[in-house]
Amino acid sequence: MYDFTPYLESIRSYLETHLGHWGANFLIWTLVAVIFLAIYAVLGLVLVYVERRICAFFQLRLGPNRVGWAGTLQTVADAIKLLLKEPVTLRKADKLLYNLAPFIISLAAVTVLGMVPFARGLHAFDINIGLLFIIAISSIGVVGILLAGWSSNNKYALIGAMRSGAQIVSYELSVGLSLLTMVLLTGTLQLSGIIESQATGWWIFRGHFPAVAAFFLYLTASIAEINRGPFDLPEAESELTAGFHTEYSGLKFAFFFLAEFVNMFTVAAIATTVFFGGWMPFHIGNWEAFNHIMDFVPPLIWFLLKVSAVIFLMMWFKWTFPRLRIDQLLQLEWKYLMPLNLLNLIIMAILVYLGWHF
Amino acid sequence: MFRAIFEYFKEIFQAIRGLIAGMRVTGKYIAHARTEIITREYPDNRNTLQMFERFRGEVTLLHNEDNEHRCTGCSACEVACPNGTIEIIWARREDPETGKKKKQLETFVYHLSMCTMCNLCILACPTDAIKMGQNFEHAVFDRSQLTKVLNRPGSKLQKGVE
Repeated sequence: MYDFTPYLESIRSYLETHLGHWGANFLIWTLVAVIFLAIYAVLGLVLVYVERRICAFFQLRLGPNRVGWAGTLQTVADAIKLLLKEPVTLRKADKLLYNLAPFIISLAAVTVLGMVPFARGLHAFDINIGLLFIIAISSIGVVGILLAGWSSNNKYALIGAMRSGAQIVSYELSVGLSLLTMVLLTGTLQLSGIIESQATGWWIFRGHFPAVAAFFLYLTASIAEINRGPFDLPEAESELTAGFHTEYSGLKFAFFFLAEFVNMFTVAAIATTVFFGGWMPFHIGNWEAFNHIMDFVPPLIWFLLKVSAVIFLMMWFKWTFPRLRIDQLLQLEWKYLMPLNLLNLIIMAILVYLGWHF
Repeated sequence: MFRAIFEYFKEIFQAIRGLIAGMRVTGKYIAHARTEIITREYPDNRNTLQMFERFRGEVTLLHNEDNEHRCTGCSACEVACPNGTIEIIWARREDPETGKKKKQLETFVYHLSMCTMCNLCILACPTDAIKMGQNFEHAVFDRSQLTKVLNRPGSKLQKGVE
């Protein structure tokens, strides 16, 4: 019902008649880039506020509630403060890499954000190897973290970066394997195809226990991959001051900070797409009337609802579980998550082969 | 070998149970976040602020409505104080009723700037003359204002307190 493709196509044809093929393409590329950068900034602001507020409630505190209504403008004020701060440059730092690192991290975050399907047709880059592309691009972020740690010439930053490297190399496997488990069901890597395959029901319901297990394995592994608590060793503030971004200030620090929160959104968005049917409305079997009412809710709202549910779960994890030690972290991956993922993959393969899924 | 596999899965299930137990605790917190928030918004609620019974803000010498206190000037609190916060200045005066000379409190000097609110003086007091007060807004513009005289002018010992 809510299909954005015709509107977007009409905009494109309108532009093409006026600007020609290349002009229209160039304008559309610029527009999409600007829109995604805007989404990037707004997401960062909103998520930082939500995170601070929810973490406060988990600890029976109030959180930011002074600037604006219930503190909603707090992050805007923080952003302005960060923009006006002095960019400290280190004498002993590797200048080129030091300045490059925040951009590499932002690049990875924005590119993955560009893959997210928001609604039917509202999809910036619908490539046929979508999931593989996401897994490939999201691991570029670690290059930025390693560069930041190395070029800062600071022992805390270096230790943080090295931890991050070990962590991401390990947990990448689990992310890939848990998504592979779901690809057995979807039969396609294209994100829009994955969502279309869930038109009759979300995979987390239709895939029985292995799908639920895959969801939690994916969530655990990707929380580790985006360096969020309880796996936030690369920036463990109690031991490493701030980890890999110790030596960054002002706007460059803001880039790291933003990328972290936007990565959280993209992880939740991929989980939503693969397990919870993306922007598909919630349907219950044969309840025709109920299903019809659900169809009226715009897909963007469904998508954001599901994403915020997953983000809430991630925040719940972060503010409940204590941080792991580096050896415990690697043990968790190599001794538990990876074998479980392989086992889950086999179970899912048998299930799909026998056709037991709905 | 099967035993090892069984142990492996048992470990995983125990870990999951532990994690769920933790999440239930924090989940309970966020479910009751509306009513059970511990943080007080201090300067805003200054008029209705209620401190706790056990809060130690300052040492106070209790006076009743007849401007009588219970301090006999025995200096037990001064001895008990680890950092010389309390100075009891006393004198031997003639008791108007019995005509005997008796130790009496002249001035109860309290150096708030040195007090750590350790409560030892209150425990040492044999007549329960002093008590920890609830006031905590001690900021002043001059250090000398932190040295206080606790017994009110014209106050005397309550009858029957020895």
